[in-house]
Amino acid sequence: MSHVVQDRRPVTTVRVNHLSHARLPRWAQPAIAAGAVAAGIGLGTVAGWQSRTQWGMLAALLFVLASYLITAKVEGKRQARDRVATSIVWVAFVLAVVPLVSLSWVTVSNGLEVLDPYFLSHSMNAVLDAETGGGVYHALLGTIEQVLIATLIAAPVGLLTAVYLVEYGGGRLAKAVTFFVDVMTGIPSIVAGLFVLATWNLILGFGPSGFAGALALAILMMPVVVRSTEEMLKLVPNELREASLALGVPKWRTILKVVIPTAIGGITTGVMLAVARITGETAPVLLLVFGTKLINPNPFEGAQASLPLYVYEQYAVGTDASISRAWAAALVLIAFVMILNLVARGIARWKAPKTGR
Amino acid sequence: MAKRIDISGLSAFYGSHKAIEDISMTVEPRSVTAFIGPSGCGKSTFLRTLNRMHEVTPGGRVEGKVMLDDENLYGKDVDPVAVRRTVGMVFQRPNPFPTMSIFDNVAAGLRLNGSYKKNQLNDVVERSLKGANLWNEVKDRLNKPGSGLSGGQQQRLCIARAIAVEPDVLLMDEPCSALDPISTLAIEDLIGELKERFTIVIVTHNMQQAARVSDRTAFFNLAAVGQPGKLIEIDETERIFSNPSVQATEDYISGRFG
Repeated sequence: MSHVVQDRRPVTTVRVNHLSHARLPRWAQPAIAAGAVAAGIGLGTVAGWQSRTQWGMLAALLFVLASYLITAKVEGKRQARDRVATSIVWVAFVLAVVPLVSLSWVTVSNGLEVLDPYFLSHSMNAVLDAETGGGVYHALLGTIEQVLIATLIAAPVGLLTAVYLVEYGGGRLAKAVTFFVDVMTGIPSIVAGLFVLATWNLILGFGPSGFAGALALAILMMPVVVRSTEEMLKLVPNELREASLALGVPKWRTILKVVIPTAIGGITTGVMLAVARITGETAPVLLLVFGTKLINPNPFEGAQASLPLYVYEQYAVGTDASISRAWAAALVLIAFVMILNLVARGIARWKAPKTGR
Repeated sequence: MAKRIDISGLSAFYGSHKAIEDISMTVEPRSVTAFIGPSGCGKSTFLRTLNRMHEVTPGGRVEGKVMLDDENLYGKDVDPVAVRRTVGMVFQRPNPFPTMSIFDNVAAGLRLNGSYKKNQLNDVVERSLKGANLWNEVKDRLNKPGSGLSGGQQQRLCIARAIAVEPDVLLMDEPCSALDPISTLAIEDLIGELKERFTIVIVTHNMQQAARVSDRTAFFNLAAVGQPGKLIEIDETERIFSNPSVQATEDYISGRFG
C-alpha cells in the first residue's frame, strides 16, 4: 500500500447510504391507475352521476392524487413530484386519444353497415332519398380527380417557391413571399372558394366544374406545401451543397440532384399532409363543384360530386338510409386519407438517406 | 496537368468585414503547400478564394488576382463553375452524398456535370478509388451507401470524388481534423502520392502534419481579433520549422503563443 490517503475529517458515527431508497414496484403505477378508474366508476354509480365524463374526470383526479400521496409516503417528496408530472402526461395522453379512438370507432361501426363493393361502384343516379342502396362512386371519382388536379397545380408551385426561398432568396422579395405565405395559411376555405367563384365563374364566366373546385383547393394547399418543403430544405446540411459546388456542379443541378433528393422523404410527407388537409374540404367544393347524383368523369365540364360534399348532402336529407350512406362515405373518406398517408410514409422510408452498412 | 497558382494582392470580405488582407504568394505545381496559423486567421477563407467557393457564402467578396498558370480566376468572363472543375476541394468533415451509393458518390462529379460516357464511368470510379487507396476496402460493396463507411474511409471517398473529375489543383481544408491517427496516416500517405499528379494546398492545425506532408509552408496570423488575417511568411517547410525568418512564426510553431 504505497499511497494511503489520510482522511482528516472527524470520524462520523453513522453513515447513511444515500444512493438507494425504498422504491415502489413497477406495477404500482398501472395498479394505481386501475384503482382510480374503478373508484371513479364506483363513486360515479353510487352518486348517480349521469355523465360518463364526470366519472372520467374523477378517475383522472384520483389517479394524480393517489400517485402523489403513495409515492410521497414510500419514496419521498422529490420522487412524488416526478410521479405527478408523469401521471399528468399520461392523463393528457389518454385525453388526446379518447376522442380519436371514439371517432374512429363510431365511424367504422356506423359506416360498415352499408359499405360494400356495390356502395363503392355505384352512383346515386335514380336513387330516392329515403331508399336504401345507391353508392359513392361518383363522389369518390370526383374527390380523386379534384385532389389530383389541385396537387398537380399546388405541389410544383409550392416546391419551386420553397426552393426559391431557401436557395436563392434572402432579400426583400423573399421576406414578402414568406409573409404572404403565412397569411395564406390562415385563409378560411370558404374565402378561397369565394375568390375562385368571383374570378373563374363570375368574371371569366365558366360554369361549376371539378376544375374550379381544384383551383380553390390548390390555393389552400399551396402555403402548406411551401412551409413544409421550406423546413425540409433548410435541414439539408450546407456541406452537401458546398461539396457539390466544389465538384464544379452548377447551382441548379446541385439543387436538383443533391438537395432535393436528400430532402425528398420529408417533402413527400409534407405534400401528402397537405393533400390530406384538402381532401376533407367541403365549403369550396359546395360553391364551385356544386354536387350531383350522376357520374361525371370530366372534371372540366359540369357539376361533379365529392366525398365531403356527399356526406354533407346525405346527412342534410336526414332519412335513415341517407344517414347510413353518410357514415359509410365518411368511412371511405377517412380510409382514402389514411391510404394516402401510408403511401407517403412508404415513399419517405424508401427515399430517405440510407445509413446502413 | 498540375498548375502553378500566383496570388497577388488578394483580400477577402464577409460583407464589410475584411477577413484576409493583401496576400501574395506562389503555389508551386506538383508540390504540397501547407497553410498554418491560429484559428480565425483566414486560412480557410483564403483557401476558398482559390476555387471561388468564398463567394458562395452570403456577403462573400474578393479583391485581387489569382493566376492559374496564365488565367486570372477573378477575370471578367470567368465562369466559377468551370473554375471549380479545375480546382477541386476536400472539406474538413467528410461529406459524402447521403442519397448515393459509394459508386454514385465517386461518379457524382462526372454525372452531375453531364459529361461522361457510360462505359468510361466504371474505369473512372475504379481509378479514383484506387487513387484514394480505398478500392480494396470497398470494391465488394460499391452499391452500398457511402454514409455506412467509417470516418476515415468517408474522407478518402471524398478525396476519390474530388480527383474523379481530374482537377489540376486539389485544396484540402483540414482534411484530417475529424479523423483518428491511423486514418490520418492513410490520408497523409495518399497526399504524398497525389502530389505527383496534382498541385496540393492543405490547411492544417497540426504542425507535425504540416512538417510531414508539405514541401512549402505558409504561416498566417492576425494582429488582433476582428483584424484581417495576413500572410506572415512562406518558405520551404524545413526552413519554417528550423529557422524561420520572422519571430512570430517561431513563437507559433514552438507553442509560445496561439
